[in-house]
Amino acid sequence: MVSARTVASAVTDPELPMLTLADLGVLRDVDVDVDGRVIVSITPTYSGCPAMDTMRDDLDASLRAAGYRDVEIRVVLSPAWSTDWITTEGRRKLVEAGIAPPGSAPRRSAGPIPLTLTAPAKVVRCPRCASTDTVQLSEFGATACRALRRCRDCGEPFDHVKEI
Amino acid sequence: MFDNAYEALNAEGDTRWAFGTGFADPLSGMDTAVPAGVDAADLAAYCLMLGDDALIMSHRLQQWCTCAPELEDEVALANIGLDLLGQARLLLARAGKADGSGRGEDELAFFRSDREFRNVRLAEVTNGDFAFCVARLLVFATWRLALMQRLVDSDDPVLAAIAAKAVKELAYHRDYAARWVVRLGDGTELSHARMRNGLDAVWSYVEELFAAHPVERRVGVDPSTVRAEFDGVLTEVLAAATLSRPEVDGLAGVSGHSGRDGVHTEAMGYLLAELQSVARAHQDATW
Repeated sequence: MVSARTVASAVTDPELPMLTLADLGVLRDVDVDVDGRVIVSITPTYSGCPAMDTMRDDLDASLRAAGYRDVEIRVVLSPAWSTDWITTEGRRKLVEAGIAPPGSAPRRSAGPIPLTLTAPAKVVRCPRCASTDTVQLSEFGATACRALRRCRDCGEPFDHVKEI
Repeated sequence: MFDNAYEALNAEGDTRWAFGTGFADPLSGMDTAVPAGVDAADLAAYCLMLGDDALIMSHRLQQWCTCAPELEDEVALANIGLDLLGQARLLLARAGKADGSGRGEDELAFFRSDREFRNVRLAEVTNGDFAFCVARLLVFATWRLALMQRLVDSDDPVLAAIAAKAVKELAYHRDYAARWVVRLGDGTELSHARMRNGLDAVWSYVEELFAAHPVERRVGVDPSTVRAEFDGVLTEVLAAATLSRPEVDGLAGVSGHSGRDGVHTEAMGYLLAELQSVARAHQDATW
């Protein structure tokens, strides 16, 4: 029997099917208790992530198909998901799919979060031509976790997983 | 694995998803016991307040779909509405578990009347133009961000975890709205005038945000304690936008009661009719 962790780690994200839930850092833990029950913990990327139900069903179905009869999927909210948890492999797959991976998540010091009245300058490499001459079109893109950018060299628009 | 999303949603034999009900409990598998020393009824009432703010504001943002001035902004407003809807789901679910009623998010969203909603009136007011939209969003997100940052230290670990996620999202919402207020305020004569009107129209709902309800004082954050922080952010944005601070009186309540007491404006009934009518007309319907 394939280990529960291996099975769960292979389940892909419904919206970015080139990445696994493990690549995204959404899969937090896989445990098998003394009674043989598999307990999988997942965390949502954003509060409103509409893919959570599908992820839950996909994990459940994959584990059952692999022979695990007793499966429980738990949601953990804390600590809150960060793009820093996307693995190196996950970042490579994002670029391959034409999506720019996130930079480092902002480090929050104590006290109010400073206002940014102009989009902060950051170096984001075009996933198509590798140019760093890219510009943000919108901080909100096709899904909650992505911003929309355009490359000034090759002219192509692309998604960028924004840092949180 | 499923061939399509519909199959996946029906996997547990629950076919009520079609009008937005029947989703899995967003707190499923979490320890939702109310910690010792926290009053469960107060906690539930407080989560309902914060959840209703998010639900109603999300509904107003969703109404911008197909109406926004540019595609990018349509996507942005929908995304912000989705974040708030997610926060609302978590907070309503938390309220239903804390008060011991066993009411789920759907029951709370679809089967309460306007007097049972606890959102501030700022969230419910009918959408005006885009200037009103970004002015309201700036005020709402700045206020809510300050509250959520403090709630990260809530005695209730579930509320603290919800707040920690919300902080990351609200910082994006606030800055999006602030940049538009600056762009329109410091734009043309016409955009400046319309931004001025939008801000004035929003301002009568600002006082209410900082008037503490007894429940907020007991179990949450007294909103009057975040007023200085809110004023600081607004001062910075308005200066960059070449706008002065509105001199508009706060909208009075009814015998001192307002949104947090379930006393709403006329707009609330119409909003709830749109939000709830399908679920109410087809209770327990299956597809």
